[in-house]
Amino acid sequence: MRRVEDPPLLTGDTRFVDDLAPPGTLHACFVRSPYAAARIEGIDAAPARAVPGVEAVLTAGDIPGGLRAVLDRPEFTPTVMPLLAGDAVRHVGEPIAMVIADSRYSAEDGAEEVLVDYDPGPAVASLDRALAPGAPRVHDEMDDNLLLQVPMYDDPELDDILARAAALLEARFTTGRVTAAPMEGRASLARWDRRDSRLLVYVSTQVPHLVRTTVADVLQIPEHTVRVIAPDVGGGFGLKCVVGREEILVAAAALRLGRPVKWIEDRYENLAASWHGHEQRYDVRAAFDANGTLLAFDADISCDVGAYSCFPFSCGVEPLMAATEMPGPYRLAHYRARTRAVATNKVPIAPYRGVSRPQITFVMERVMDKAAARLGLDPVDIRRRNLIARDDFPYTGITGLVYDPASYRESLDLCAGHLGHDDWRARQEAARRDGRLVGLGFSCFSERTGYGTPAFAQRRMSITPGFESADIRMDPSGGVTVAVGTLGHGQGHRTTLAQVVSDELGVDPAHVRVVQGDTDATPYGWGTFASRSLVIGGGATKLAAGALAERLKRVAAHLLEVAVEDVELRDGRLQAAGAPEVSMSVAEVARVAHHAAHRLPPGEEAGLQARAGFDPPGTFSNATHGAVVEVSPATGEVRIHRYVVVEDCGVVINPMIVDGQVRGGVAQGIAAALYEQLLYDDEGQLLTATFMDYLVPTAAEIPPIEIHHLETPCEYSATGAKGMGEGGTIGAPAAIANAVSDAVGHLGIEVDAIPIHPAWMRARIEEARAR
Amino acid sequence: MTAHEVEVVVNGSRRALAVEARRTLVDALRHDLGLVGTHVGCEHGICGACTVLLDGEPVRSCLVFAVQAHGRTVETVEGLAQDGDLNPLQEAFSRHHGLQCGFCTPGFLMLATALLRREPDASEERIREVMSSNLCRCTGYAGILEAVAAARPSGAPQEERRGA
Repeated sequence: MRRVEDPPLLTGDTRFVDDLAPPGTLHACFVRSPYAAARIEGIDAAPARAVPGVEAVLTAGDIPGGLRAVLDRPEFTPTVMPLLAGDAVRHVGEPIAMVIADSRYSAEDGAEEVLVDYDPGPAVASLDRALAPGAPRVHDEMDDNLLLQVPMYDDPELDDILARAAALLEARFTTGRVTAAPMEGRASLARWDRRDSRLLVYVSTQVPHLVRTTVADVLQIPEHTVRVIAPDVGGGFGLKCVVGREEILVAAAALRLGRPVKWIEDRYENLAASWHGHEQRYDVRAAFDANGTLLAFDADISCDVGAYSCFPFSCGVEPLMAATEMPGPYRLAHYRARTRAVATNKVPIAPYRGVSRPQITFVMERVMDKAAARLGLDPVDIRRRNLIARDDFPYTGITGLVYDPASYRESLDLCAGHLGHDDWRARQEAARRDGRLVGLGFSCFSERTGYGTPAFAQRRMSITPGFESADIRMDPSGGVTVAVGTLGHGQGHRTTLAQVVSDELGVDPAHVRVVQGDTDATPYGWGTFASRSLVIGGGATKLAAGALAERLKRVAAHLLEVAVEDVELRDGRLQAAGAPEVSMSVAEVARVAHHAAHRLPPGEEAGLQARAGFDPPGTFSNATHGAVVEVSPATGEVRIHRYVVVEDCGVVINPMIVDGQVRGGVAQGIAAALYEQLLYDDEGQLLTATFMDYLVPTAAEIPPIEIHHLETPCEYSATGAKGMGEGGTIGAPAAIANAVSDAVGHLGIEVDAIPIHPAWMRARIEEARAR
Repeated sequence: MTAHEVEVVVNGSRRALAVEARRTLVDALRHDLGLVGTHVGCEHGICGACTVLLDGEPVRSCLVFAVQAHGRTVETVEGLAQDGDLNPLQEAFSRHHGLQCGFCTPGFLMLATALLRREPDASEERIREVMSSNLCRCTGYAGILEAVAAARPSGAPQEERRGA
């Protein structure tokens, strides 16, 4: 099944936000802080206003207010992220003034002329610095830099078990700061429609309804006057599932100026002033018995969350996810976790593909390999011993999560088989005799997906996302339109959801149109993030299509004069069971429902439409990743020789799209393991603000990825499918780190921090050889 | 600022422009000529989303000034489809899932167009080397490489094909 999305994208007939140009559009550019921490003593915008083409320069005095994300937890301190900084700046790149001109060129000319008088102060640009006694505080009104500190889980027996364990592992793991870097950065175009008294906001987002609510709330205008349209969206990966300052400011400026205002994030802004993630530190202790059974786990989790909470998820998004899902696919009876969100003078974090799962998987999988080495066990065997098994389902984890059936052990066994694990040691020895450093590593994980409002409610956000609805209509010719609140932006939802409808109604997918991304045309929904769309939006779509099918059958039964339970819907026809000659086409029924409604059964509403909602508890996909790598002793460079994924996302509706999600996800996971890192110096200056420095991998770095599927259908989701948008990114860093550690373990080198820089690796190899 | 007269043949049509010296070719294509299929991904010559062909050579149109295109020919993604039908390269991108969000796709298509014109039998190794000029964030590249290989006149070896 080819994607309906493709032809316009392949021919240049695109509608990304910057492709739209209403007459009279003005262009915005932001003046951004060059300092990580400073008082603003004054802003002089007069010289900028004199620049040819500049129409307006707006500062906090013109557009006050900010975004305040709230968690209903006493351990949480909310922050107000100002739309425009007025008194102080707390990270490099923070917006201070908005220059609006007749072209982006003129706007940038104007921005150069805005004079800001800064009084720089000390910055905290690392976890160590932020947590040190007497550290400068990112927010003056706080006593420290802890925006969230929760002792989430505890166990009175834990210390005893740790003390008596056959093997006690203690280790620190760190993961580098990365960012989604979608190829299209953020973008927004707003205009006031005077005729209809509407504010139209075209925005590159994953969450159009959330943008509508937030724009209306912050600008204090009735929400029904705001229409948000997400046209083509050039990737998101989480970066566009929050609402940022700039999107609100563009809307505010359009209202204020009465003209269309457009802002297109450039790559500097995207890397230096958008959203980051995944910079975490784990201090863990793990107890194993002599057979390799994991007995107890103690984790102290610290997330560097930058200067402010993102809206609406808050800076709790990473630390809370990490503590709750730390045990992953392993049975664990005794657990303690303290988790913290630590403020720094850096760009705030937002959800980025995987949200803490790449990090906890890295930690847990490294722990498994370390324990195996300590106890003289095979890495595959120790995992087999601890993975949740078929007989365990439904398995209630130590943190209260209920795991639905999955194929943890099966995926591991298959992955090990595909990689020739049985004779690996012999092959590794042979390679070493030739002076080559090769390693094999595995990563097993669970991927919690498709969770609805009950799960989100446990986060205690002021806004609880989760449900989805679908509105489906059949027109008089039998064509189907389904409107959904999810928003594919690369995932091919218009193709896959049409397949779901087609399966339910027996109509050609080509006759099904999926409408998304327009708040005027779709039911209120939560957009696309957290691998939720096919489970929740797809579930609502299937249920709505099913309800429509029931209406078709009722009408057909009446017209065919047979009992409704005897009507079958098959291949676009409604027919009497056992008497296919008594039948009519779906289109004939649709015609009657609209154009001869007097022939409908008594009480049947005219027209053909249905609506359904879906709000499931959530489901776990799973996978095992395996990698064979080679480390160059000369350069420290890591090359990936093989990469195997054995994944289980339940019922696969579109195999091509599923494999595409896996491949793209793995590429981002490999990037986090080997290439990408946002680095700040001690003063909070970003050192990696271009694609020359922030190393998004190319086709030369990403190896072929072999994918194998298992299918454990989901019992909760209407389609049997599980979410799977993040698994690739979750599994890859651990698999790579374990493979690299296997390659150089005999030299006493272990990878407990990512990314793995060639220079670091080469230095460790040199040290080992000098010993 | 002074406007400079520029004449350029874009996708076979002669076009006249008056642009500031500093205006980039990609901005002129997108915002002056309305050819929005060419996208801007980084504006510093790394990502290649803005790749167009200038006198047949792939260039980063964010690093070329519009005035430098004076008297030359430019080919963009809008010129690829023939009579409204996808050309074989575009068709292969769809068949091999060489695109997800589609933002980087025009740059990859133009890069591959130039490669296959000059080296119709480019090896897979060579395809990988050339395609590594551009960045894609969605696909992990496999679909792109398979698509370019399949668009060679010789097509892709059978074992490379994934299910259509």
